[in-house]
Amino acid sequence: MFSIGLGHYLTLAAIIFTIGVVGIFLNRKNVIVILMSIELILLAVNINLVAFSIFINDLSGQIFTLFILTVAAAEAAIGLAIIVVYFRNSDTIRVEEIKNLKG
Amino acid sequence: MIAHSVFFYIFSLIAIVSAVMVTVSKNTVHSVFFLILDFISISCLFIMIGAEFLGMIMLIVYVGAVAVLFLFVVMMLNVAEQKGQWFSSRWDGGTHIPVGLLVSLIIFFELIIVIGGWKYKPDLLNSLSINISTEVTNTRSIGNVLYTDYILLFQISGMILLVAMIGAIVLTYRERAGVKRQSYVKQISRERDEGVDLVEAEKNKGVKIDV
Repeated sequence: MFSIGLGHYLTLAAIIFTIGVVGIFLNRKNVIVILMSIELILLAVNINLVAFSIFINDLSGQIFTLFILTVAAAEAAIGLAIIVVYFRNSDTIRVEEIKNLKG
Repeated sequence: MIAHSVFFYIFSLIAIVSAVMVTVSKNTVHSVFFLILDFISISCLFIMIGAEFLGMIMLIVYVGAVAVLFLFVVMMLNVAEQKGQWFSSRWDGGTHIPVGLLVSLIIFFELIIVIGGWKYKPDLLNSLSINISTEVTNTRSIGNVLYTDYILLFQISGMILLVAMIGAIVLTYRERAGVKRQSYVKQISRERDEGVDLVEAEKNKGVKIDV
């Protein structure tokens, strides 16, 4: 209980990952919250990598976390740009009203 | 040791509660604020565990750039009229909420099972390449590796950022009518004939200038 091990960090990461997945499934409000849920999922992955890197004494995990951070920043920028363009064209970003891709 | 574990529980509790609030809160601006709180508490955990450089980078990149970008977009798009609605305004035909909860619970229990019954591969600890040294700081050891062994990946991630930047600009750029712009090509390729007009001036009458 009082000595924090690898399992504590992995459990925390699992909880945050699951919250992110729940956010993607249940959200019908707007697309921005879905992007934020994706950021939460990436954060959980980062927690896993850093915890493993510290507890098995190998630096590669932290380097990989750095690259994941880069890709997450790029993804957020592109996603928000797409949302801005979509809002300009169709005046809404509510999830339940986005039906153009239904076919 | 006890102080360390108490701080771990405090920060992780704050992180979990704010992650829940990100998905649940009715106002999108509040979601962004809880996302910032989540990033801050996780970066505190990183600093506690000994990855100081990553904790600071999380603060700078996520809180300073990404979350502010989210805030800009939320305030630029007019999503204020949707803030009174929780998950859905219409519940007709919506079976996705129980299904989503079920799938998420299954994912969570699978992750917990994996954590519970998991062991190192026996020869893993011998095959590690980059040991964390206790003599130099975390930032310095990351720099030692990042600019030597991982230089190609580092440059590729720079290219990814460049492509993302150009893509965002190309996506959101639009030509607006009625805005006067400078055209270098037009300015440079101007000839004398277009600009200068020679007029025969009559005595005592002057020249009528019409443009």
